[in-house]
Amino acid sequence: MVQTFDPKSDYKVVGTRPIRHDGLEKVTGRAVYGADVKVPGLIWGEVLRSPHAHARIKSIDTSEAEKAPGVFAVVTNADFPAPRSGEIDTGEDVVNFERDTKNLLAKDKVLYKGHAVAAVAASDRNTALEATKLIKVEYEQLTPVRNVDEAMAADAPILLEDLVGDHLGEDVKDTNVARHFRHEFGDLERGFAESDLVVEETFTLQMVHQGYIEPHNATAIWDESGHVTAWSSTQGMFAVRDQTAGMLRIPESQVTVHPVEIGGGFGGKTKVYLAPVAAMLSKKSNGRPVKMVMDRNSVFEASGPAPGGKITVKMGVSNDGKIKAVHSDLRYEAGAFPGSAIGAGAICVHACYNIPNSRIDGYDVVVNKPKSAAYRAPGSPQAAFAIEQVVDEICDQKGWDKLQFRLDNASTEGTRRGDGVMFGSIGLIETLEAARDSDHWNSPLGEPAPGKLRGRGVASGYWMNGGNKSTVDLMLQDDGSVALNEGSADIGGTRASIAMQAAEVLGLPAEDVHPYIPSTDSIGFTATTGGSRTTYATGYAAWEAANDLIKQMSERAAILWGIDAADVQFDAGRFSSGSDPELSIGFKDLARRIGDTGGPLSATSSVNLAAAGAAYAVNICDLEIDPETGKTDVVRYTAVQDVGTAIHPSYAEGQIQGGAVQGLGWALNEEYFISDDGSMANHTFLDYRMPTSLDMPMIETIMVEVPNPLHPFGVRGVGEVPLAPPLPAAANAVKDAIGKRIVDHPVKPGRIIEALSD
Amino acid sequence: MAKVFVPYNLRKLTDGQAEVVVPGETLGKLIENLESQYPGFEEFVLQDGRLKPGLAAVCGHAATRQGLLQKLDEDTEVHFVPAVSGG
Repeated sequence: MVQTFDPKSDYKVVGTRPIRHDGLEKVTGRAVYGADVKVPGLIWGEVLRSPHAHARIKSIDTSEAEKAPGVFAVVTNADFPAPRSGEIDTGEDVVNFERDTKNLLAKDKVLYKGHAVAAVAASDRNTALEATKLIKVEYEQLTPVRNVDEAMAADAPILLEDLVGDHLGEDVKDTNVARHFRHEFGDLERGFAESDLVVEETFTLQMVHQGYIEPHNATAIWDESGHVTAWSSTQGMFAVRDQTAGMLRIPESQVTVHPVEIGGGFGGKTKVYLAPVAAMLSKKSNGRPVKMVMDRNSVFEASGPAPGGKITVKMGVSNDGKIKAVHSDLRYEAGAFPGSAIGAGAICVHACYNIPNSRIDGYDVVVNKPKSAAYRAPGSPQAAFAIEQVVDEICDQKGWDKLQFRLDNASTEGTRRGDGVMFGSIGLIETLEAARDSDHWNSPLGEPAPGKLRGRGVASGYWMNGGNKSTVDLMLQDDGSVALNEGSADIGGTRASIAMQAAEVLGLPAEDVHPYIPSTDSIGFTATTGGSRTTYATGYAAWEAANDLIKQMSERAAILWGIDAADVQFDAGRFSSGSDPELSIGFKDLARRIGDTGGPLSATSSVNLAAAGAAYAVNICDLEIDPETGKTDVVRYTAVQDVGTAIHPSYAEGQIQGGAVQGLGWALNEEYFISDDGSMANHTFLDYRMPTSLDMPMIETIMVEVPNPLHPFGVRGVGEVPLAPPLPAAANAVKDAIGKRIVDHPVKPGRIIEALSD
Repeated sequence: MAKVFVPYNLRKLTDGQAEVVVPGETLGKLIENLESQYPGFEEFVLQDGRLKPGLAAVCGHAATRQGLLQKLDEDTEVHFVPAVSGG
C-alpha cells in the first residue's frame, strides 16, 4: 500500500535555513576526511598503472619490489580469490565482481592507460612509489579502441574476449557492444509520414570527469581475526562494505566501514577502487593498516568519468507545432567494462515531451577508456545535449517560440515516458511556465561588447529520482534534544535536510536534532547517497521514526498522568490531554521525566521506497562570444527547477547552482582529450579546464514547488537534474550567437572559430 | 488483470503484440501466467526465482522494491525495463 500525502505549507522547520550541523567542523578544519585518517602502525600503499591503453599482460615480475627495503607486500590480481561470476544484485546496484576485480587490478589485459596492474605497501608513500618502479611488466601492445565508432567497426579489436553481447535479445560473441536494447511504442513510420518537418542530427560527446577536489582514498586493516576495517571517502559506506566483501570473498559482516567526510563525489564516489586493494595489502603485511590516496592523474585516468558517445535524434513535427514522432539512437561509452549510463539516458531522452510515436535505441559500448561511472543524472545530460538542440533547431526553422513549443508538447501526468512508463505527478508545465514568466526570459538579450557576439539558449532536462533503502535511528536525550543516526553519506547538506524533517515532526528547532553518521555496524542498511534519493528516502525514514518517537512519548505522558494513551495529543511541541486541559507538558519537560516512566526512548525506521518524485529543470543561458578567439563568457544564467518542497532552500539552491556551473563547464570546455595512442592528454586540472567562480556570473535560481504526493513533506530529489539542461542551453546560446550549430561536444573555442570561418 | 508492456526483445513471444493483458494478484503470479501464455517470458525476467539483476519491474509509475511479492491492482500497468542507478 503506497501512502499519499496532501500538500501543506504551514511548516515551522521545513523551508527554513538553519546553519548546517556539520558547518563548524568543516570551516575550522576539524572534519576528518579520508586522507586525515591516522591509525597506529600505518603504512602506505601505491599503485603501478599501465602505460598503455590496450595491451595484453604477458608477465608480471614483482620479485625486485618485494625485496626492496621498507616494502611489506606487493599484490596483483592473482592475490585475489576467484570472484563470483555473473551479474549480482547487491540490493542497491548490480555488480559483476569478476569484471570489477579486473578493473581493480588488471588480470590478463590492461584496458586503459592508468589501469592498475600491481600495488605495493611500504613504510612510507615514497618508498611504496619507488618500489612500484621495480615491478617488471611485459606487455604485448594492442590497437586502442578510442570511441564508439571504432568499437562498432566491423574489424574492431575486441576488448573483452569473453563478452557475450545482448543485441535485442540475441547472444552475440566477438563484439564490443555489450548491450543493444530498444524502447518503442506507437507507429514511428506513420508519425514521420504525418510530419511537416523532420529534423535529424547526429551529436558526438567526449568523456568528462566529475572533478571532485578530494581524490579517492582508503585505509584498511585486515586483522588477525579475519575482520576488515576500512575508512574511505564514499557516497555509500554500505556499497564500500559490500563491494569490498564481494571482491575479497568474505561475508559482509566481516567488513566494517567507517564513514569519513567527502570532498565531492557527484556520482564518481559510488564505485570502489582502493579499499579491497588496501585490505589485501594489509593482509599480506601481517595486518598492518594500509592507507592509499590517488594522485590527480590517477583520478582522471583510472576512476570513473561520465560516458562520451554518439547520439542521433530524428524528430518530426506538424505545422501546428506538435511533435509527431521521435527516434533517438544513443551509443554510450561504457569504458573498459560494460555498464554505462545508457539505461538512464534512454529513459531521460524523450522525458520532456509527449511523443505519440517513439523509438529509442540504446547501445552500451566498451572502449579503451576508464570504466565509466555515474555523474549527476547519469546519462541525462548527454541525451539532453542532443534532443534539446534538435528541438531548438526545429523552432529556429519554423520560427516558433522555444518555450511555447516546449509547453505545447510537455509531458504531464499520464504521458508515457520513452520507455513506456506512465508519469505520475510531475511539474514540467509549472517549471516551463516559471521560465516563461521569469525576468530573464522577458528581458532583452542586450547589446554585446564591441566586437563580440551574444546569444540566448533555453533547454529542459529530466531526472527520475531514486528511492531505495534507508534507516534512521532517533535517541531521546535527557535534555530534550534528539540524537539522530543515519546511514546516508552527507554529500550536499543532507545532515541538515534529514534532521530538519525529524525536527518538523518533533516540534523542535533543527539545532536540537543532532545528526550523526556511524559505521556500517551501527546503523541499518542504507543505500548510497545517489540518484537524488537521500532527502526523499532517508527523510521519509526520519519522518517515520519521529512519528514513532512521538507515539512512545505520548504513551509515557499517559503513564505520567494516569490516563489512556489515546487521550494524549501532540501539537506544536506540547503533549496534552484531550479531555483535561490542565494536563499539558512540553517536549523537553517530558524528556526530563522519561526515566520515571519506563526508561530511555529510541525509535528506528527502515524504509525501502520505490522511486518517486521525478524532477524537471529548465535553464536559460545568455553568453557572449569573442569571434577572434572563440572564447565564451556566460553573462546571465537562470536555472528553474521543480524541487517538490525545498526542505532547506539554500541547499536546494546550492545544488541547482552547482549543477549549472558543472554543466556549463561540461558544455563549453571539458573533455577527455584522447591522443592517437588512446591516452588522455589533459590529465591535470591545468589542462582539464573546469570553470571557477571567476568564470561564472551569479546563477539565478527559481524554485518551483510541485509537492511529491508520495512524500510526507512533498520532497523531490534536487541533486541531479540541474546538470541536464546546461549542456544544450549553452549550445543553443552559441547557435543563437553565431548562427551555426555545433554538434560536437565540447562547444569549445576552436570549434566556434571553425564554425565562424566556414 | 494487469496490462503488461512487452519489452521489445520479447515481442517475438507475443506475436508482435506490444501490450498484453494477463491476470495476477502479485508480480510473481503475473510472471507465472505470462510464462504459461507466452513460454520463454520467465527466462527473460527471472533468475534464481527473483527478478534478474539489472532488470526493474515498474508497477504503475515506479519500479517496485518488493520484487515478486508486489501486489497488483486490477488495472496496474507493468513494465520490465533496465534498472538504473543515479549519481
